[in-house]
Amino acid sequence: MAVLSPELRGEAERIKARYPAGRERSAMLPLLYLVQSVEGRVTRDGLREVADVLGLKTAEVEAVASFYSMLRLRPTGAHVVSVCTNLACALRGAKEVYAAAHDAIGSHAEEMTEDGLLTLHEEECLGACDAAPVVQVDFANHDRVTPERMRELIEALRRGEVSEPSAGRAPRDFKEASWILAGLGDGA
Amino acid sequence: MDPRRAGGRGVTTDRIITRNWGNPDVFHVDGYVANGGYAGLKKALAMAPEDVIELVKGSGLRGRGGAGFPTGVKWSFVPQDTGKPTYVVCNFDESEPGTFNNRELVDREPHQLLEGLAIAAYAVRCHNAYIYVRGEFLHQGTIVRRAVEEAYDRGFLGKGICGSDFDLDVVPHRGAGAYICGEETGLLNSLEGFRGQPRQRPPFPAVEGLYASPTVINNVETLCNVPHILENGADWFRGFGTAKSPGTKVFSVSGKVERPGNYEVPMGTPFRVLLEEHAGGVLGGKALKAWTPGGSSTPMLTAEHLDVGLDFESLQAAGSLLGTGAAIVLDETDCVVEAARRLLAFYAHESCGKCTPCREGTWWAVRVLSRIEEGLGRPEDLPIMNDLGRNILFRAFCPLADGAVSPITSTLTYFREEYEAHVREGRCPFTGSGPGRRIEEVAS
Ligand SMILES: Cc1cc2nc3c(=O)[nH]c(=O)nc-3n(C[C@H](O)[C@H](O)[C@H](O)COP(=O)(O)O)c2cc1C
Ligand code: FES
Repeated sequence: MAVLSPELRGEAERIKARYPAGRERSAMLPLLYLVQSVEGRVTRDGLREVADVLGLKTAEVEAVASFYSMLRLRPTGAHVVSVCTNLACALRGAKEVYAAAHDAIGSHAEEMTEDGLLTLHEEECLGACDAAPVVQVDFANHDRVTPERMRELIEALRRGEVSEPSAGRAPRDFKEASWILAGLGDGA
Repeated sequence: MDPRRAGGRGVTTDRIITRNWGNPDVFHVDGYVANGGYAGLKKALAMAPEDVIELVKGSGLRGRGGAGFPTGVKWSFVPQDTGKPTYVVCNFDESEPGTFNNRELVDREPHQLLEGLAIAAYAVRCHNAYIYVRGEFLHQGTIVRRAVEEAYDRGFLGKGICGSDFDLDVVPHRGAGAYICGEETGLLNSLEGFRGQPRQRPPFPAVEGLYASPTVINNVETLCNVPHILENGADWFRGFGTAKSPGTKVFSVSGKVERPGNYEVPMGTPFRVLLEEHAGGVLGGKALKAWTPGGSSTPMLTAEHLDVGLDFESLQAAGSLLGTGAAIVLDETDCVVEAARRLLAFYAHESCGKCTPCREGTWWAVRVLSRIEEGLGRPEDLPIMNDLGRNILFRAFCPLADGAVSPITSTLTYFREEYEAHVREGRCPFTGSGPGRRIEEVAS
């Protein structure tokens, strides 16, 4: 089955049109986000369709997609929890926050929980060190997170609730975050 | 008269680009305009593009993205006779560990950036500009997108800007999680839809950048300064800072301080003032141990350097660099070996894999630093770290790897005793982790 509905194919064409004629390859990242917003990760079919939209080989698209950490080629939870453990956050207790997330999420935390709900990601500096330790849930920031707050955030996700982030609006899930990253929707 | 009193937008302050941070109204275009915004752009549009370049050259503004290249000079390198379009790309990839000033500049006053971008575009006769927004900045990407829409609605972008015959389209473009895409040629590859690996220079982007066309790449903070220079003049700008580093710098202060945050101070301000007066001193009144002046890629300094001026030339003389102006502060209870290990893990993770010294060197450095931190280090590990540093520095394809060497060599220089203690005691003296010396003796 096609990843992109006819409607989304139209969206893909509009994304291409952001770039100068003959330079449509620049739409690579937004198009990969677009297919990721449908499937919750970038699948083989997704790669193929982006290749088709851009007139490239699937391998050429895969070579790009595999370079970027926000494009997920492997099974990914409905929510991605990213914990920054870089230096400024580490100095403010990020290791404990990461350990709390790991414990709360359980085995296969860095891959995907068995119920398909969560993926844990150890993150590099998120450019928000004034609010260390920083956690993102589907790329929405949570500032000054304690191990206890970390457990609460995860419990909320398990109950089907997305907690209010420290700024902006929380995307519903990783798919919606990908949709916003494609430059679509109302943003967050 | 104090040159700063001539400051536009009616405020007397030592701050230029953060002076409106107390005023939430400037977030939207109406409030920004009501506060005097877009006056710099209007002034530029009444000038010849060459004169705008001359003015920015005269101000001595230097790039705030790390390298400190004079902005007006960069613009003047753009050839106008190639028959190709000229592009301007704003680098909002901000990923240097410890750095978060670009983020807050956009969070609070996104039109200041758009105004600077429009002036830069006018100066180099560009009609298509891009803003490369770091992917993880989901919220800021949306702020940029909405601000661009507002600016189009009010005629500050698009066709016939402010009634002139200057047209400019601005396209926000989101990255996807790769530190190397902040490096300007990696950024260009990424924006063209390729892996974000750096390109050979020369040709420099000014001559062959985006789509092999003349391209200016500037950091967010750099561009935010431009409207104020247009409005108030080069001499006014030179009234701030030092002769070689005019203007102010927004310093990001994080780690073990009472008040982490962004603080704009004139270039040349001693670190002591930033730390004690602005950031409230070391957290809990502890003693300062080490600090990075310009993010993780700049050599750490120590308490001996409290009075070093924060500007390009003073920091270089002190053996470090201004970098992105990001002070990560460590106190007396923090382990520098662990700090170096964590930073090297970052570089190993973010090495794009293109060249061997960086890809392999950072990987080895993490292994050696980890075993020292875990109490399994050997006396020969210290010379190995020195060797690694020497073999990476200036031998890699791009400066990412040079940045990786900074935490190694600076901690070895200033805290050699701490490394030796790890090896001697067979454990980390701060966390106590490691088997300890006795166990090692029994084993050997
Ligand atoms: C590994 C690496 C990462 C970089 N990341 C950034 C960045 O995130 N933002 C930035 O403005 N410059 C970054 N730079 C510097 C850019 O290559 C470039 O010098 C800068 O964007 C030019 O703008 P400026 O002259 O206004 O400073 C980076 C450089 C290197 C080597
Ligand atoms: S180190 Fe965590 S946000 Fe910068």
